[in-house]
Amino acid sequence: MTDKPHKPVHLAAHFPGVNNTTVWSDPASGSQIDFASFAHLARTAERGLFDFFFLAEGLRLREHLGRIHDLDVVGRPDTFTVLNALAGVTGKLGLAGTINSTYNEPFELAEQFASLDHLSGGRAAWNVVTSSDAFTGENFRRGGYLEHGQRYRRAAETVEVTRALWDSWAADSLVVDRQAGIFAREVPETRHRGAQFDIAARFVLPPSPQGHPVLLQAGDSDDGREFGAATADAIFTGHGTLEDGQRFYTDVKGRLAKYGRSPDELKIFPAATFVLGETEAEAQERARHIRLQQVGPQTAIAFLEQVWGRDLSGYDPDGPLPDVEPADNPDITRGRVRHAKDPRAVAEAWRARAEAERLSIRELIIEVTARQQFVGTPALIAEQIDTYVQSDAADGFILVPHLTPHGLDEFVDRVVPELQERGSFRTEYTGTTLRDHLGLRHPHHRSTAREGAKAS
Amino acid sequence: MTRPDFFLAVELAGTGAHPASWRRDDSRAEDLFTGRYWVDAIVAAENAGLDAVFLPDSFGVQPSGPGATRGRLDAVSIAARVAAATHGIGLVPQAPVTHTEPFHLAKAIQSLDFATLGRAGWEVTVSEGAEQARAFGRKRAQDAAALWHEADEAIEVVTRLWDSWEDDAEIRDLPTGRFVDRDKLHYIDFAGDNFAVKGPSITPRSPQGQSIVAVRADGVEDADVAARRADLIRISAGDLDAARARRTELRAALAATGRDPDAVHVLLDLDIHLADSVDAAADELRTLDSWADSLVASAPSLLRHIGTAGTLRAALEAVATAEAADGVVLRPLAIPAALRRLSFLERKSLSPGTLRTRLGLPRPASRYATSTEGTPS
Repeated sequence: MTDKPHKPVHLAAHFPGVNNTTVWSDPASGSQIDFASFAHLARTAERGLFDFFFLAEGLRLREHLGRIHDLDVVGRPDTFTVLNALAGVTGKLGLAGTINSTYNEPFELAEQFASLDHLSGGRAAWNVVTSSDAFTGENFRRGGYLEHGQRYRRAAETVEVTRALWDSWAADSLVVDRQAGIFAREVPETRHRGAQFDIAARFVLPPSPQGHPVLLQAGDSDDGREFGAATADAIFTGHGTLEDGQRFYTDVKGRLAKYGRSPDELKIFPAATFVLGETEAEAQERARHIRLQQVGPQTAIAFLEQVWGRDLSGYDPDGPLPDVEPADNPDITRGRVRHAKDPRAVAEAWRARAEAERLSIRELIIEVTARQQFVGTPALIAEQIDTYVQSDAADGFILVPHLTPHGLDEFVDRVVPELQERGSFRTEYTGTTLRDHLGLRHPHHRSTAREGAKAS
Repeated sequence: MTRPDFFLAVELAGTGAHPASWRRDDSRAEDLFTGRYWVDAIVAAENAGLDAVFLPDSFGVQPSGPGATRGRLDAVSIAARVAAATHGIGLVPQAPVTHTEPFHLAKAIQSLDFATLGRAGWEVTVSEGAEQARAFGRKRAQDAAALWHEADEAIEVVTRLWDSWEDDAEIRDLPTGRFVDRDKLHYIDFAGDNFAVKGPSITPRSPQGQSIVAVRADGVEDADVAARRADLIRISAGDLDAARARRTELRAALAATGRDPDAVHVLLDLDIHLADSVDAAADELRTLDSWADSLVASAPSLLRHIGTAGTLRAALEAVATAEAADGVVLRPLAIPAALRRLSFLERKSLSPGTLRTRLGLPRPASRYATSTEGTPS
């Protein structure tokens, strides 16, 4: 071992999403939309001293074979509304949400995120995502005309304009001098003329506690990594193995220097699922049971249809793979990323594997779709998480429970104390803002960044 | 006492409707942009037994200069922030439709309705003028006719989206593996002059089904939209006779569109300042006005009540007796001073329940529902 400093583990809680990772068939599965469910997960995450709660977003219901996909949890709330409401039932927890930069306008976004940051006392975070598909655009005035190559340009310009608006009131704008009768100084106009926006605006709010709400980003493409390195405070990834994680971590952190940023100014959060057990064997057994719940018979066929590009409802999920060839049909699933890039090659590989291992359709889909990241006893999972962080494969994890709303309870009760025992996780919140929790400096304190980093 | 069904709401703008209200010692102006300020104010309104709170909003900075309160939090966000701290009061944020996406607005109000267990409303507003248009940079300033035609379309889109999931769309059917019955999720397929929206909403049908829609009827174009679409119509008038005349006009307009005028509440604005005595209230108002000398004065044509909680109670009774309105929206000139005294109105305390129920309105079935027609829910 070197004398490398021990890194603190950062944890975040992902509200279970609208995909088959979230199990709704379990008797313990509660509402995905009642506010009480969001409140429970957020309070649990705060009890566990997590950095933040995270809510994803998708602006059109997914479709499969030309119809609304009906096998997974469907229905989610408005991001801003839920995060503001959660600010009322939590006191320290960061509140992060996905907001699309294509189907929102910078002025309104700036106002909404500044409002969340004010109303939560400095706990707001924005996961900026881009999309440009005509499918989602059908719900918006803007439509889907933004061409693919423009996505990150629009995202970057959106962030640039929102930050300019957040910075537009000088730090001492709010005077509130009753004797002199001055409430606030004049608000200067913010002008922006770029490829995406032509705006002249006076912003409606003084600087919020964090100055800039924390910016999160997910995107594995080269463009996405570059955008993250230039702009984001934290990145979500999906790199599962230690080695993949280290490669991604090194790559992204290595891009920071050219933007004048230090490696600790960007945190890397892989998403991770987990299954706990009293023993290794029990955890493995629970994991197997959950995989069966996540890939029911109809879901197995639907996954197969995504690759085959055609209706396979006539096939028996407990039988062999279809012998028909895949059709090239990129529109079969809309509203989510389609994973199979070369359907024929995938089908061939799957058939070979199913034959060799004597797997039915459902068994194969269970094998080839994502399995749980961390499976084991609380002590083992704590050790694995700590290893990822200490060996620079991550700065922490965003945990994705498979059950709403109690899926995180056991983790907080059992794994968090193990992490604390290892000296890798906080035993109380030491700051009040999400920037404090993440060890990020305030954006207006650039000159004192070094001292600030040490103090937090 | 006022009639039990006489609707009493309060509108909370900044530190108060008076532009110099922040200069009072009790204004809490330093806290204006915190969650605590808004929770305290709205909980006080709830404890005073008020039926609803209106929260004004705009994308424009207040124009009155450095001596007046300026800056404004997003109103839907404020309503969401106080949702868990309140249990009975209706929350009616303003949300403009001129530069925003009706799809976002629809789910925001639906989510507020979920977070409040059925106490959400939406006051529809438009963004006038070039300044707000330039803040978005997407289109030019519009005249009243264009603004309210767009608002009319936006309300149609939003209310269709609110119905786009039938109440029983979520089925969790284990044998077929289906979480939802897709036949109970509906495309709204709206195509109008200002936008086209496909639907369905990403958010399931909320506790009230249709949250309460409020529209202010100051002019011709907004009154027309109000008569066709609002559950609450807000008016302002210089005296009770003018208010009664306006209400009569609006009721005729409601009937002309085929709606039941008794299903719609016409709410009259009433600016108030309250103190321990009528003289003290008048003195305090003079002080506020003296501070405001240098400010751009707002039009003083509104109905005002400067007095005590006792005299306000009598004034409200007079509104009800004169049938000048179905309810009143109190607009405190200085918020903490008024809220402190509203408990002396001796309103019945609010029981938990939806805003719809408080207004005596049934919960409507989804316009897309066919299978449940005529069956009790």
